[in-house]
Amino acid sequence: MIRRLPHVDHVGIEERAAWLGKRSIKTSAKAEGIRLAVSMVDLTTLEGQDTPGKVRQLSAKAVCPAPDMPEIPSVAAVCVYPALVPTVHAALEGSGVKTAAVSTGFPAGQTSLSIKLRETEETVAAGADEIDMVISREAFLAGDDARVMEEIVRVKEACGEAHLKVIIETAELGSYDHVRHASMLAMEAGADFIKTSTGKAASGATPGVTLVMLEAIRDYVERTGRPVGMKAAGGVSTSKAALHRLVLVKETLGDDWLTPDRFRIGASSLLNDLLMQYAKTKDGRYGRSEDYSKE
Amino acid sequence: MAATDTPRTRITWDYAPAPESPDHVRLRDSYGLFIGGAFVDPRDGQRVPSINPATEEPVAEVAFGGAQDVAAAVEAARAAQPRWAALPGRERAKYVFRIARLIQERARELAIVESLDGGKPIRESRDVDIPLAAAHFFHYAGWADKLRYGVAGRETAPYGVVGQVVPWNFPLLMAAWKLAPALACGNTSVLKPAETTPLTALLLAEICQEAELPDGVVNIVPGDGTTGAAVVRSDVDKVAFTGSTAVGKDIQAALAGRGVGLTLELGGKSANVIFEDAALDQAVEGIVQGIFFNQGHVCCAGSRLLIQESVADEVTAKLWDRMRLLRVGDPLDKNTDVGAINSAEQLERIEALVEAGVEEGAVRRSVACDLPERGWWFAPTIFTEVAPAHRIAVEEIFGPVVSVLTFRTQAEAIENANNSRYGLAAGIWTDKGSKAFEVARALKAGVIWQNTYNKFDPTAAFGGYKESGFGREGGAAGLRPYLRVS
Amino acid sequence: MSPRLNVRKTYKLYVGGAFVRSESGRYDRALGADDEHLANIPRASRKDVRDAMAAARKAAGPWAARTAYNRGQILYRAAEALESRGDELAARVGEARGSDGAASAAAEIAAAVDVLVHYAGWTDKLPAVLGGVNPVAMPYLSFSLPEPTGVVGVIAPDEPPLLGLVAELAPALAAGNTVVAVISERWPLPALDFAEVLGVSDVPGGVINLLSGRRAELAPALGAHRDLNAIVDAAGDPELSADLDRLAAETVKRARHAPAATSYEAATDDALARLEAVTELKTAWHPVGA
Repeated sequence: MIRRLPHVDHVGIEERAAWLGKRSIKTSAKAEGIRLAVSMVDLTTLEGQDTPGKVRQLSAKAVCPAPDMPEIPSVAAVCVYPALVPTVHAALEGSGVKTAAVSTGFPAGQTSLSIKLRETEETVAAGADEIDMVISREAFLAGDDARVMEEIVRVKEACGEAHLKVIIETAELGSYDHVRHASMLAMEAGADFIKTSTGKAASGATPGVTLVMLEAIRDYVERTGRPVGMKAAGGVSTSKAALHRLVLVKETLGDDWLTPDRFRIGASSLLNDLLMQYAKTKDGRYGRSEDYSKE
Repeated sequence: MAATDTPRTRITWDYAPAPESPDHVRLRDSYGLFIGGAFVDPRDGQRVPSINPATEEPVAEVAFGGAQDVAAAVEAARAAQPRWAALPGRERAKYVFRIARLIQERARELAIVESLDGGKPIRESRDVDIPLAAAHFFHYAGWADKLRYGVAGRETAPYGVVGQVVPWNFPLLMAAWKLAPALACGNTSVLKPAETTPLTALLLAEICQEAELPDGVVNIVPGDGTTGAAVVRSDVDKVAFTGSTAVGKDIQAALAGRGVGLTLELGGKSANVIFEDAALDQAVEGIVQGIFFNQGHVCCAGSRLLIQESVADEVTAKLWDRMRLLRVGDPLDKNTDVGAINSAEQLERIEALVEAGVEEGAVRRSVACDLPERGWWFAPTIFTEVAPAHRIAVEEIFGPVVSVLTFRTQAEAIENANNSRYGLAAGIWTDKGSKAFEVARALKAGVIWQNTYNKFDPTAAFGGYKESGFGREGGAAGLRPYLRVS
Repeated sequence: MSPRLNVRKTYKLYVGGAFVRSESGRYDRALGADDEHLANIPRASRKDVRDAMAAARKAAGPWAARTAYNRGQILYRAAEALESRGDELAARVGEARGSDGAASAAAEIAAAVDVLVHYAGWTDKLPAVLGGVNPVAMPYLSFSLPEPTGVVGVIAPDEPPLLGLVAELAPALAAGNTVVAVISERWPLPALDFAEVLGVSDVPGGVINLLSGRRAELAPALGAHRDLNAIVDAAGDPELSADLDRLAAETVKRARHAPAATSYEAATDDALARLEAVTELKTAWHPVGA
C-alpha cells in the first residue's frame, strides 16, 4: 500500500507553537497551572542503575512531593522499567498514584513481537496499571504502516485492563508530516494515549511536535468520538516549559483535556522546578535546589 | 501519605490578568508640534487630547497643525534639505542607524504608548510594530551610502522635501516606512501622523533630537484631514500617503498638473485562497493572522476567504473553533489577541457594513465576548453564504470580519480573487509548489503570501496593484520613490 | 609614596571566541616605531592555524544560518565596541606611527569603525544586488541567490595595522563567512587589542579568529589547508601571492589579491568585488503549473 502523508507546514506549526508560548501565565493562574502540572507528571526513572531502594524513595516523593506545601497534589504515576514494577506497585499501594512501566524492548524496540507481547503480559501481571510501548520505527521508516499498527493492536490486547500509551519517538520519524501520520496510526490501532518520546533520543516533546500530536488527536476525536490522551515526554524540564505545554493543550483540545486522565508530562527533574516556582508564587523569593529533596 | 486536594476531576484553568505595567513610561502632559528640531506651539492649530480607545480616556494632549504650521514645517524642511543631501552617505547612514538603535533602547515604552494610543494588543506592538520599525531604520541606514547599487548604473538625486501622511493602524511602523527611505536618500520630511494616533510619532521626534538629527530634517505635524490636505497642497516635491482609497484618490486629483511625485498605499479586499491540498490547520492559523491580527485594521487583511469547496465545511468549522479562542479585551493585557477598535467612527463603519451583510442574506456568526463597558470593541465575526456581489465581499470593512466564499477550481479561484478594484495582497495555501507559483503569477496583487499571511520585512517590497495604490515600500524598490533617477 | 606599578597585559591569540596561547609556546617581540620593546606576543604555529580553522568551520554553519538582519546588527555592534575603545586602539596604532602619528592613528580608527558600519549595512542587501529572478524561456521560476563560500582566510597587510585588517574581514563577514586571519607581522598589537573588542561584542566565538606571528610561516599553512574555501591576500608580497595561488589550485580555492586598504574609500569603493570574491551564487528552478 502506498503511504499518503498528511500535510503539516513546518514553518506554520512552529510559529503557532511559539506564539502560544507567549501566553503570560501569572499569579493565581501560575500557581494553579503548576499544581495542575504536578498532578499530570509521570515521575520517571529509566536507568540501568535503578534499584528497589531508588524507586522506593522516588515513589514516596511521587505520593507527597512537598510535605511543607500540602496543597501540592500527588503526581499521576511513577514510570519505571519492568524489573522495578513489583517494588513500585507495593510502594504506591492505596495512594491513587499509578504504576506505569515501559515495555516492548524500550527504548529501541528492536526485538521480536513475541518478546514484546510476553514482556507486556508479565509486566501487567506484576502490577503495572499503565504500559508505555514504543512503535517499531524499523517498520515505520520502511513504510510498513500495517505492521506498525498490527503490533500496537496486539500489545493493546496483551495489556488487558492496563491502559496503553504508544510512544512514536518523534525525533526519529523525519518530519512533522510523519509525526502526524504516526499519531493517526497509533490512535487507529487503539492507543489510549499517544506519547512523544522515550526520552532517550536527540529530542523530545518540543512545542512543535506536541502541537502536531494534539491537533491529530483533535481531528481523530472529531471523526470517531473516542478521546485519546497525550503524553509529552523529554525536554520538559522547567515550569515554563510545562506551562507552555498546558497552554498548547488548552488552546487545541480545550479544558476537557486539562486532567491527568487525558494529559501527562513524563519528567524527572521537572518536579523540583515546579515546586520551586510554586513556592515563589507564595513568597516571592527566587529559590535554590537544596530546599527540595532529590528524591 | 499526603491528603492532598488532587485536581483529578476536571478543572477550568484560565489565564489570570497579565497586565503590562505602564508605570515606567514617560509621557508629557502636552506635546507641541515638532518643527525645525524643536517642539513649538501651534500658530493656527489647536491642542486636543489623544484618546485611548479601550477606555475613552485621554492619554496626553497634542497639538494639531493649522495651515500656517504646515507651511512653517515645510519651510524648515526646505531649509535643511541641501545640507542633509550634501552629507556623505556614510554620515547620513550613521544618523539613521542612531535612530534605529534608540528605538530598540526605548522599545518597551514605545510599545506601551502605541497600545494606549491606538488600541492594539501590547503583544503585537511589542513583538511586531516596534521591532519592525527599528529594523526599517536599520535597513535603510545601510542604503544611504549604497544608492548606486540600489538603483544600478543611474545618476540619482533626492526629491527634496517630502510630505508624508500616515494612518492610525500601525502608527510608528508606518512612520518608519516613510521616514527611513526618505532620509537615507537625502530628502527631508514633513510627516503628518493620523488624527487618532499621534503619540509614538512625537516620541520618535524626541528620538530624532536624541540622535542629534540636524534641525528640520524631520518635522512632525499631527492633525486631522485638513492638516493632511495642507501638507498635500504645500510646497513639497513629493507626497507619500498611506490610508484609504477614497482619500488617496482625492490626493491624486489635488496634485494633478503639479509635477509633484506621488506614491499611494491604499485599501484592499485581499483574497486568502485555501486549496484542498493545503496544510489545513496551518491555513486556519494563517486565516486568523490574516484578518484578526490588529483587529483587522490592516490594508492587506485577508478579508475575503476563498475556500475550495471540497474542504470548505472542514475549514470553516476549524476556523470557527479557532475564532472562539480569540481573547478580546484590554490591549495592555499580554494575553489579549484582539484589542480595541481605533475610534467610534471606525466602529460605526464596521457595524454598518456588518448590518448590510446580514440584510443582504449572508449568515453572520460573532464570537461571544465579555466586552468592557467603556471603549470601542467589535467581536470577531465570520460571514458564510456570501455572494461575490455582497457589499461585505466588495467593500473594505477594516475590522475583524471575514467573509467566506467558495470556489471549485484553480481557474475559478484566480478569477474570483482578481475580480476586485483592489489588488494589494493575496494568500495562497497549497502544499504543491508549482501551483503556488502558478497562482502567484496569475493574481493581480502586489504582495503574495504562500502558505503564510501578514509577514513583513524591511527587505521585501510592499505595495499594491490597481486601486490599492502605486509605488513600493521596502527593499531596493523602496528607494526609487524617493529619488529622481536620470 | 612609591609610584604605582601597572599590571601588564599578556597578549593572546583569539581563536574560537577564547584568548589562548600558542600551542607551540613560542613568542615574538612586538616592537615600536623606534624598535623599542612594547610587549611579547604569541608566535602562532601551523597547529594554531589548524585549531583556528576547526573553530571557523564549526562556527560557519550557525553564522550563515542567522538572518542577514542579525548579522548586520552584530557587525554594527562590533563598530560600537570599536568606537567606544577608540582611544586605546589609537594609542596602539600610534606606537606604529611614531611621535607625530596621533592624528593619523585616530583617523585610522575612525575609518575602521566606518568600514564596519558600511559592511554591516550590506548583509541584507547583497541578495538584491548579486541575486535575482531569471526570466527563463520555460515554465519555471528560476532564481539566483548569493551564499557565503564558507571559511575565508585573510592575510592582512602590515600597514595600516587595523584598517588593513578590518577592510578584509568586514566584507567576508557581511557575506556570511567566518574568517581566520593572519594579522600584521610588524605591528600586531592593534589587531590583538581589536580581538578584545570583538570579545565583548556580540560576534559569536569562532566567527573571527586572529593569529599573530610570522607571515611566512602562517600564510602558507593557512593557504594549504584543504578545508579553507577562499583566501583573501592583502599582504602585498608578489612571491607570497604566487605561492598562495599555487596552493589554492590544489582544492580550487577562490583567491583574491588586492593592495592594502589605506582609507575608508579604498576599503569600500570596490565593495561589490570584495563581497563577490567570497560568495557563491546558487541558482534554483521550480516548475510553475497547476
